[in-house]
Amino acid sequence: MSFTQNIMDVSIWRGDAQAGAFAHFEVPAQKSQTILDVVAWIQQHQDPTLSYRYACRVGMCGSCAMMVNGVPRWTCRTHVEKVLEGNKLEVAPLRNLPVIKDLVTDMDSFFDKWIAAEGRHHPTASRLDPIAAISPESAGRVKANAGIECINCSVCYAACDTVASNPDYLGPAALQRAWTVYNDAKDADKQAVLDAVSGVGGCHNCHTQGSCTAHCPNDLDPMTAIAGLKRVSAASFFKRRKARA
Amino acid sequence: MLDIRLYMLQRITALIMAPLTLGHIAVMIYAVQGGLTTAEILSRTQGSVVWLVYYGTFVAAVSIHAAIGLRVIIAETFKLRGMALSGFTWGVCGLFLYMGARAVMAVTMP
Repeated sequence: MSFTQNIMDVSIWRGDAQAGAFAHFEVPAQKSQTILDVVAWIQQHQDPTLSYRYACRVGMCGSCAMMVNGVPRWTCRTHVEKVLEGNKLEVAPLRNLPVIKDLVTDMDSFFDKWIAAEGRHHPTASRLDPIAAISPESAGRVKANAGIECINCSVCYAACDTVASNPDYLGPAALQRAWTVYNDAKDADKQAVLDAVSGVGGCHNCHTQGSCTAHCPNDLDPMTAIAGLKRVSAASFFKRRKARA
Repeated sequence: MLDIRLYMLQRITALIMAPLTLGHIAVMIYAVQGGLTTAEILSRTQGSVVWLVYYGTFVAAVSIHAAIGLRVIIAETFKLRGMALSGFTWGVCGLFLYMGARAVMAVTMP
């Protein structure tokens, strides 16, 4: 029996922040091949100058996300056979982030927004205090748990049309992190979180289109987290006005 | 572009508009059932403080609500920011208030 190996037509975006274009490569298809395998094969066999970013290759580190046939995906866990369109693949740098070179984006703005959204822990106790027991079934813990598997891959950020049209918007990942911190019983400054997500680029800019939730590779639900932030910030708006009066 | 104050203002004006819109539609349906003429409708609304307050509130809520909504669309579509965006928002709000107030006065002033 003869075996003919299928050759895929792969377009890879090459360029920098100023300019670029798609370059075409012919890549042999293999069983259980991922998009990251394809990019690595091109870099190893056809063009060693191709730049791309990855680390763990098992969906833990969140560094290999790219646009695959126009859709943001984690490339190390995306099988070619599931996304191949007529034997063609198009791989481009993540949307909504500036390009450094080829498939590598500058993720500073993404991580700066995590900080701007106050997605950091505000301790209630020091290391000398006993550890407070938190029931895994408590309502706050359940809500906090819903977002803790975020791997910071920026797929939701790339998928978000609000980020695309409003660069000030904090984005789904940062806001989901803020919601997680807000629901953490061990966090001491929930008002700081609400203030951080209530500014001009805050959660109230979300149009609830749901691209973040639809594309999250870990099946998280940033859209619901943002809805939660809108709800508690709206309730807090009247309470704070009453407290000031 | 849309902080919590504008967000709340848009939601509160929506809450005001919802029952007023339903009331407006209900009155329209009621008014056309018996074939009321323009003169007959105006004879009921002109000089009425209730209709003045009803449609005056409606116009104020619509002007604020629509100005904030258009502000978001313009900012996202045409990247308008800063003073230009504030000027646009206030301009739209003022225009709708002016046009609405003229219509309310024409219908309710004796």
